[in-house]
Amino acid sequence: MSDLDLLFQMPVLNVQLFLDGILVGAIFVLSAYGMALVWGVMNVINISQGEYVMIGGYVAVVFAKIGIHPFFAVPAAAVFLFALGWLLYRLVIFRVVDRDLFVSLLATFGLSILIQQLLNQIFTADVQTANSGLDTMMFFNGMVSVAQIKLVSFVLAAVIGGLLVLFLRRSRLGQAIRATAQNARAARILGIDTDRVYAATYALNAALCGAAGALVAMTWVIQPFQGLAYTVRSFMIVVVAGLGNIGGVIVAGLGLGAAENFAGFLLGAEFQVAFVFSLLVVVLLWRSYRLGRKRRYLR
Amino acid sequence: MKPDRTELVAFLAIAVAGIAAPLVLPGYSTQFAFLWIMVVFALTWDVLGGQMGYNSFGNVVFFGLGMYVCAVVQVAPFTDLAEYTSASGTQDIGLTHGQYFLGLAAGCLVGAVVAVIVAAVLGSGILALRGHYFAICTLGLGIAAGEIAAGIDLIGAGSGMVTPLYPGEIGSRERFFYFLCFALAVVVFLTLRSVYAGRFGLAINAIRDDEDKAEAMGIRTTRYKTVAWCISAFFLGIAGGLVGNIVGFIDPTEVAFAGATYGVWMVLMAILGGKGTLWGPVLGAAVFHATQELFWTYLFGWQRVALGLLIVLIVVFFPQGILGWLREHYPERFGHRIAPAESPSGEEAQRP
Amino acid sequence: MTEAMLAVDNVSKRFGGVIANADVSLQVSPGEIVGLIGPNGSGKTTLFNSIVGFHPVDSGSILFQGREITALRVPQIARLGLLRTFQQTRIYAKMTCMENMRISTANREGSLRAMFRRFPPAVDEHAEELLEFVGLYSKRFLRAGDLSFGQQKLLEFAMALMNGPRMLLLDEPTAGINPTLINGLIDRLRRANAELGITLLVIEHNMRVVMNLAERIYCLAHGELLAEGRPEEVQNDPRVVEAYLGVH
Repeated sequence: MSDLDLLFQMPVLNVQLFLDGILVGAIFVLSAYGMALVWGVMNVINISQGEYVMIGGYVAVVFAKIGIHPFFAVPAAAVFLFALGWLLYRLVIFRVVDRDLFVSLLATFGLSILIQQLLNQIFTADVQTANSGLDTMMFFNGMVSVAQIKLVSFVLAAVIGGLLVLFLRRSRLGQAIRATAQNARAARILGIDTDRVYAATYALNAALCGAAGALVAMTWVIQPFQGLAYTVRSFMIVVVAGLGNIGGVIVAGLGLGAAENFAGFLLGAEFQVAFVFSLLVVVLLWRSYRLGRKRRYLR
Repeated sequence: MKPDRTELVAFLAIAVAGIAAPLVLPGYSTQFAFLWIMVVFALTWDVLGGQMGYNSFGNVVFFGLGMYVCAVVQVAPFTDLAEYTSASGTQDIGLTHGQYFLGLAAGCLVGAVVAVIVAAVLGSGILALRGHYFAICTLGLGIAAGEIAAGIDLIGAGSGMVTPLYPGEIGSRERFFYFLCFALAVVVFLTLRSVYAGRFGLAINAIRDDEDKAEAMGIRTTRYKTVAWCISAFFLGIAGGLVGNIVGFIDPTEVAFAGATYGVWMVLMAILGGKGTLWGPVLGAAVFHATQELFWTYLFGWQRVALGLLIVLIVVFFPQGILGWLREHYPERFGHRIAPAESPSGEEAQRP
Repeated sequence: MTEAMLAVDNVSKRFGGVIANADVSLQVSPGEIVGLIGPNGSGKTTLFNSIVGFHPVDSGSILFQGREITALRVPQIARLGLLRTFQQTRIYAKMTCMENMRISTANREGSLRAMFRRFPPAVDEHAEELLEFVGLYSKRFLRAGDLSFGQQKLLEFAMALMNGPRMLLLDEPTAGINPTLINGLIDRLRRANAELGITLLVIEHNMRVVMNLAERIYCLAHGELLAEGRPEEVQNDPRVVEAYLGVH
């Protein structure tokens, strides 16, 4: 494989791929953290995660089209998705929270399809992007190029993540969320309105995805049917890192970004999506095998 | 297991309607053919999802495999495969009647066998996953298969593959495939009916209700799970071969491994009709197919949005499905009753 | 000396930092009824789980009918004739009692054909006999999930008998049962042992039941074997009394 040889012969290429990868990976971390939040607090695996990301992306695209700089789309998308998440919780999610996990899986999958098709109707199936107008920086005599926007989005993602962690640690709602995650019944007995906590958590997750989506629109492309890939990435990261392991989520997220980029280079861009979904299967099978030796199961 | 009167009536009605349909409404033959394919989808999904409790989002893998394998078997003996696929349908390989029908039969069979082998090999690993992990893993599987197929040039990559032309008059083609699909649906139904009547049916139900308990009672759960998946794979493989030839054009992500459409519909139809029953998936497939046709006709452009909405509504408000709803309201008709008949020893039944 | 039906030899099991079983040894001879007592958290259920292969043990060995089963998995051990019932009572909720009984018949053969075989009428007859034995005959067409807790416990017991085991590990068989019905259950356990020749190892909290039922008793505390012997001996052992904090 000549591409593989290239990697060995040009170490600087590895740096480029790695850098590009982790810069995108920061966005994955945000989305994964949101999924872990909803999963840990309400035991719902939100399959429509990726669609919230896409909606956030479209907010940025719309902003760019009407002349507002897409940077403003990051908070705007967050706010918009927060409201949307709250609404969807009240309409659909609250009905499936206490049920079978498969029901919530299927319900959020249905939502995912609904949103995909809506986006397709409104924005068509073309890929879109939101131009941030930023330059590319060059390092190492032009051998390594880093798009400024990717660096900015990395920093923004880190800031958003940091704010979220702070919020969960310091604010009353944040503490209520963490309490509910640990033991919903105890939280209820202590007077916490778990229903509001669930709504807030779900909305928060949507907001997180929205912000991430705006970043995606600026650094990459968005398209109505690319959402599922983000959902699967988030799920993989959470499975590998484990619920409640922030450090693990960060490492896994950045790692996934890098791995994907390398895979895209080696296998060709047309197999990058195949790589993500195949990796999911491999990760799950591997985890299952390791647990199986101790006669335990993924729960 | 003798069918009761309601079942016999249903059988008869379906047999008559099924045979008459393409003769009475020849223009809808292909639509009806797809109805039977939907029935096959729903029934094969239900083996795993409804009867065994393993909700698979990836059964479409076997469908797509069958489709591609069948097409390859139909084409490869008569021409260079790579040439054929890169010609994207412009190359007519001019099959005789015999070659076509033999190729079709062989293709469907080989497709089914390949699907079973894949099910057996993958099953040993994937079926060790439980609950939602299994569901999501199969989701990944289904989509990965489509994406990978879209990258393989030999079978046409993203442009897909064209199946051979049917060597007969226009009208007979639709009728021919209709009856094949109808026959397949009937065979699947009767096979499952027979299989559920024995130990297999109860074993997979036990796995659904409490897999740890089933293991603790000595049931070879891994074997049952794998065999169940293989049964589904077999029939889905054949279905794939048929649909590939009906549509005429195999698109890797839209037709063959269409996870977001067929993959989800399989689940939905079984749930709509009532999962875990024999007639539920059949009912669900019929209702769903009719609804889908209505959407396509009257909501064109928004039909997929409506379908997405339908999924959410069914899952949230009607998860027990039609038969489930009936069972809740009329449990006696399903045989769940207290039977204060005489006990074997002749004494009055004790009440603990 | 007849070979022990079940020989547990220095079995240890820990979960992370918690030592659930520490060097526990016990033997059960064929046809015996042996009791296993101990305060909550002493590791009784963990020991059961270890014996039937639910999780691997850290050290020690387990022999069933002279055969090493330490590395075997749950279904394999069950097929050898060693079954267990669960503390929380596990049955197949969506199936009828009769179906629960049918699927409980042993399938030692395991061929592909055996997997699809229909159940002969003899199976149904046997199931009905056993259901009557536990008093559930009139409920046989009800969904198992619709039964009361006590009835489910009886069903679980009947299902175990249906499987034709050599030995049964019963995890608190009388817990949650109406006290007036416990005598009936003890009677059925004794009859299963005497008439069907099934060896029993029973975890119990109810002292009256253990004293009445068991020929020998082991007492666990804090994961270790504390005492063993005839019921009267163990009952009066000061260490056992202390372990239970004087609760009789």
